[in-house]
Amino acid sequence: MLKGSLGLIALSSLLLSGTAFAQEKIKVGVTATLEGTYTVLGEDGMRGHQTALNVLGKKIGDKELEFVVASTDATPDSAVRAVRKLIEQDKVQILLSPLSGDEGIAVKNFAKTHPELTFVNAASGAQETTYVDPAPNFFRYNMDGAQWQVGLGKYAYETKGYRKIATVGEDYSFIYTQVFGLVLEFCAAGGQVTNRQWVPLGTKDFASVIAALPDDVDAIYLGLGGADAVNFLNQYQQAGGKAHLMGGSIMIDQTILSSKGSAKNALVGTIAASGQADTWEDPNWQKFVKAYQDSFPESKRFPSPSLLATNYYGSTMALILALRQVNGDLSNNQAKLKDALAKIEIDAPNGKIKLDSNRQAIGTNFVTEVVDDGKGALFSKVVKVIPNVNQTLGYDPAVFAKIGLPSRTVPECKKY
Amino acid sequence: MSLLQSTQFRPDPSANATRRAWIRAWPELQNPAAWLVALILVIMPLIANGFFLIEIFATTLILGIIALSLMFLAGYGGMVSLMQLTIAGFAGYMVAVFGISGNANISLGWPWWLATPMALALATLFGTLGGALAVRTEGIYTIMITLAIGAAFYYFTNQNWAIFNGHTGINTVATPQFWGVDWRSDIAFYYVTLGVAAICYFAVQYVSRAPFGLALQGVRDNSRRMAALGFNPNAHRIAAYAFAAFIAALGGVLQVWNYRQISPGSVSVGACIDVLIIAVVGGITRPIGPFIGALIFVLLRTFALDVLIKFGLDGNRFRLLIGLGFLAIVFWSSDGVIGLWERWRRNASPTQRPGGGRHG
Repeated sequence: MLKGSLGLIALSSLLLSGTAFAQEKIKVGVTATLEGTYTVLGEDGMRGHQTALNVLGKKIGDKELEFVVASTDATPDSAVRAVRKLIEQDKVQILLSPLSGDEGIAVKNFAKTHPELTFVNAASGAQETTYVDPAPNFFRYNMDGAQWQVGLGKYAYETKGYRKIATVGEDYSFIYTQVFGLVLEFCAAGGQVTNRQWVPLGTKDFASVIAALPDDVDAIYLGLGGADAVNFLNQYQQAGGKAHLMGGSIMIDQTILSSKGSAKNALVGTIAASGQADTWEDPNWQKFVKAYQDSFPESKRFPSPSLLATNYYGSTMALILALRQVNGDLSNNQAKLKDALAKIEIDAPNGKIKLDSNRQAIGTNFVTEVVDDGKGALFSKVVKVIPNVNQTLGYDPAVFAKIGLPSRTVPECKKY
Repeated sequence: MSLLQSTQFRPDPSANATRRAWIRAWPELQNPAAWLVALILVIMPLIANGFFLIEIFATTLILGIIALSLMFLAGYGGMVSLMQLTIAGFAGYMVAVFGISGNANISLGWPWWLATPMALALATLFGTLGGALAVRTEGIYTIMITLAIGAAFYYFTNQNWAIFNGHTGINTVATPQFWGVDWRSDIAFYYVTLGVAAICYFAVQYVSRAPFGLALQGVRDNSRRMAALGFNPNAHRIAAYAFAAFIAALGGVLQVWNYRQISPGSVSVGACIDVLIIAVVGGITRPIGPFIGALIFVLLRTFALDVLIKFGLDGNRFRLLIGLGFLAIVFWSSDGVIGLWERWRRNASPTQRPGGGRHG
């Protein structure tokens, strides 16, 4: 019976993919991390995507957008597999993918084997994706991990008076990029980064990491996300940790701040930087938060959209607006669409976004501090807004190239 | 399958000796169902489009090859090795490291005809050494040791940046192109995969009936008696590991050519266990089992999400559907789909001699 129904399924999907072109539809493939450590992030990303569709609608002239979703687990393999399935089986013409850093690098490389299609990055933030050997058909409307840390190092040094810090981060490209941004700025201001610890993505037992945290530092920077961050906080609290904390962009985020249990309370007062701040006054942001809240019942969403929701919203928005500019014209290997995507400037909820010559976003960054709203819910409160952050972080491109690519040990802690 | 196997095909006295030997060696060539399956596989590019050809059938064959190496060890040697995928992944990594890839600081840039044999040789060596460690144990301890090797390799690739490029892995691995053919284009790659799978399948069939394979089955059934007869059980077992490692390595090379990239996710502990699931679901009594198991696995993995959404259910629960599917198969047949098939055959034609024409 099982074999029979499988055959039926295979057959029906064959037939479905055959008839899709009969109507005037534009097929878009979406991937999100709906498995593994980053499941919560993927789910909220999809909420952001859905919010964008609710606000903007699915109509492109007389055509309609159709979305096909595939799941990944933050590993590059799963992303390539999902994207290939979307292209080869579901025949999508445009990709909105992927979510996580290393997935982004793999999908960018894969994009080169399909130059006729268009890839819009959904949320991934590794620097290498658009900085090294970028693919001409890969567009990224969110900033990379280093851009998302702009302002944090200076704020920690000048306002908070931190002089020595240590970092704990997940051992992969996005967090390297985040630590890269932090270290560059903090060390340029005169601070010292004494110790960088790296843990594999999906670590559950942080006991040895917590035991190895140095005591003689002013603050500890946490570059963790999803289930890893919650596990760390729980164990850190049980171990009686009391140090000042600093957070990366997916650490100080609604995916963690609205997690269950009391461990998150260790984060009150933590300073962080990200592409958004939960309590920003800007009317555009407030409108987006309202749209997000109205789109889902309270139990099925976060109190306020996470960075992933904002990124998926922004990339979906850019895609829809660009498609409308060209009236859904995908002829000639989607040349018109690619042109429009490269030039478009969007009024995203988290500030104006435009692309540079590598098709990488130039946008607004926020330094934030975690506050308790009095009812037990945590939010990131904006302390500083920095507009026009580019990928070289304001450095001269030649100087920036000399720093090297983000890795466990790059950049060195010095003034470049 | 036991020592009795070589005697179960009573040759027809009227046929000549050559033909007799031939049939004894390759009984499946007499089975019309086998010819039909072979024919369908050969003309598959006419039936299936690029997605089904590569993502379903070629992937099935690749996973089937890797699971076949486990089936050989478990079915004929009685050794359940969880490191077969690790060996495959090691071979894949070696292709990426010695060959050409987008990570020029790591890859040595050898042409494929040098990089591939090197990868196969190193992976076979790796599997043999792992086997030499594992043969000192039995049963659950073999599983533990091989699982430990798999887990250690996973964490090593995840954290080693000098050779394995950490969590990012190695991207844009070059695939062979010669005689004017891009061997990674869909149809060419399908035939390469099919050819390798067929060679592996027949090699396992052949070895299982060759003196070495029979001795191995003897070791599995009663290693003390075999030792008393003058065989060296451990040497047989290590040789079996070496043979299985070579098969797994072939699968690994095909896998890295298929995805053109490799990263620690490909060699994770979960993926190691997937190979065990494939072999168990298909059935570890017969070389065809792993391929059937791989087909079911690939279909479930690819379509479970779509099926749930089509029925209006929450797509996020698709792992549950996969798990239930496997549970159902293992519940109704402890020796996998092959076992179901055999029972059905026996019930349908009670007069048939058990074991006759079993090689479908």
